[in-house]
Amino acid sequence: MVSFSAVAKRYPGGQQALKDVTFSLEAGDLAFLTGRSGAGKSTLLKLIPAIERPSAGSVVVNGQNVGALKRSAIPYLRRNIGLVFQDQKLLYDRSVYDNVILPLAFSSHPPKEAARRARAALDKVGLLGREKANPVQLSGGEQQRLAIARAVINRPALLVADEPTANLDAESAARILDIFVAFNQVGVTVLIATHDRTLVARYGKKVLHLDAGRLS
Amino acid sequence: MSAWLRQHRQAFAAACRRLGWLNALVIGIALALPAGGYALLESLRPAGARLALEPRMTLFLDAQVRRADAEALGKRLRADPRIAGVRFVPREEALKEMSAVQGLSEVIAALGRNPLPDALVVTSRENIADELARLPGVAHVQADAVWARRLAAAAAIVELGLWLLAALLGAGLVAVTFNTIRLQILTQREEIEVSKLIGATDAFIRRPFYYLGLLQGLVGGAVALALVAAALALLNREVSVLAESYGSSFRLGFPAEGALAVVAFAALLGWLGAQLSVSRHLRAIEPM
Repeated sequence: MVSFSAVAKRYPGGQQALKDVTFSLEAGDLAFLTGRSGAGKSTLLKLIPAIERPSAGSVVVNGQNVGALKRSAIPYLRRNIGLVFQDQKLLYDRSVYDNVILPLAFSSHPPKEAARRARAALDKVGLLGREKANPVQLSGGEQQRLAIARAVINRPALLVADEPTANLDAESAARILDIFVAFNQVGVTVLIATHDRTLVARYGKKVLHLDAGRLS
Repeated sequence: MSAWLRQHRQAFAAACRRLGWLNALVIGIALALPAGGYALLESLRPAGARLALEPRMTLFLDAQVRRADAEALGKRLRADPRIAGVRFVPREEALKEMSAVQGLSEVIAALGRNPLPDALVVTSRENIADELARLPGVAHVQADAVWARRLAAAAAIVELGLWLLAALLGAGLVAVTFNTIRLQILTQREEIEVSKLIGATDAFIRRPFYYLGLLQGLVGGAVALALVAAALALLNREVSVLAESYGSSFRLGFPAEGALAVVAFAALLGWLGAQLSVSRHLRAIEPM
């Protein structure tokens, strides 16, 4: 599903974020990506949906070499990847429902099917009934769950989350991780970056640990 | 196909919501100037065309020229290939024509004798007024068409000026749209960034901005037409009074194809401005 081989990433200006990173995730895997702030977790995740391109090595997602992908092909790659960010990236000028349904605006689903999917996605994260609310009215944990609902509405085969539990209390964080585990149980490949190693230990899943840009 | 239509409908609806009426008004006022000038020019053109026929000249003969010599001169002029027609107007006939004009008959009666000379009305294909004036027996040549030609020349200058003005304001329209779209892109920066992250194509992101530019130009063009129509209606109230005093039914008007052209032109320029702005500003917004 995801395969990195000898990947390096050097930002313009010379900062070396990743060095010789090699790993692979099989379909249906759930893995945690751990490491201190600045270890390169975000950079690694950004290589998967081609937000960043590798300086060396190859990143293969769903059989596609992401580093060599044409600009015009990137949107279609991203539609198969659910992305969840630490800062959620919600749109506060519209309702919860309109946030969730955003990825369906450019798919070919008829409106009825889109509405059904939106409700199903909200149901899975426990936000059904809050459709009309503005994201501002939601708690931090609820906002993160809304971001997850938006990420899964297209039923992607791969979910990538960058620090989804940062800034959340332990209970909310556990709930978020439970949602990811639930998606993994129905076959979605999940990769979660987090600095919280105690939380990770509870699940006993595959752990990739980054230290100064290298996997250890 | 239906998904494609739905996306266009959504983009159009989004553009409608974001349409700035003030911008459309600014564009409308700017375009009303050349459009109004065009309407005036087009209204006056038929009147000008009637006047600017072939140059017609009246040759007034010396009073002592005898009738036979005058008719011989007329015959000679008829033979000239540059001259299309010659009509001899004897002094008696001229007097009779003049007496028919109201108010002049008393004046002529008071004179006691005919003050008018014989005349030849010449329609020429070229401007040969100077040459005709040197003919023996010709006292004075009055070229009736000179002022008509001057009018036509003046109209051509005004028309050129209007085109320049239209070009200038058209460029202004493009600039206004360019800036509107730029600000709109900045306002929607987050939405664009998120859209790119969740797999929106460039075409999908650009579409509402194209519609916005097009719509703004379209509404601006319509505003311009409305302003011109209102101005013409106002002017026509005075024009009709003036025209009727001349026994004419002349009115100022705006030709339908001209109206259509103004709106289409404005929409096209709006789209162009959006196109330029989008290709310049949208690429800079990439998710980090």
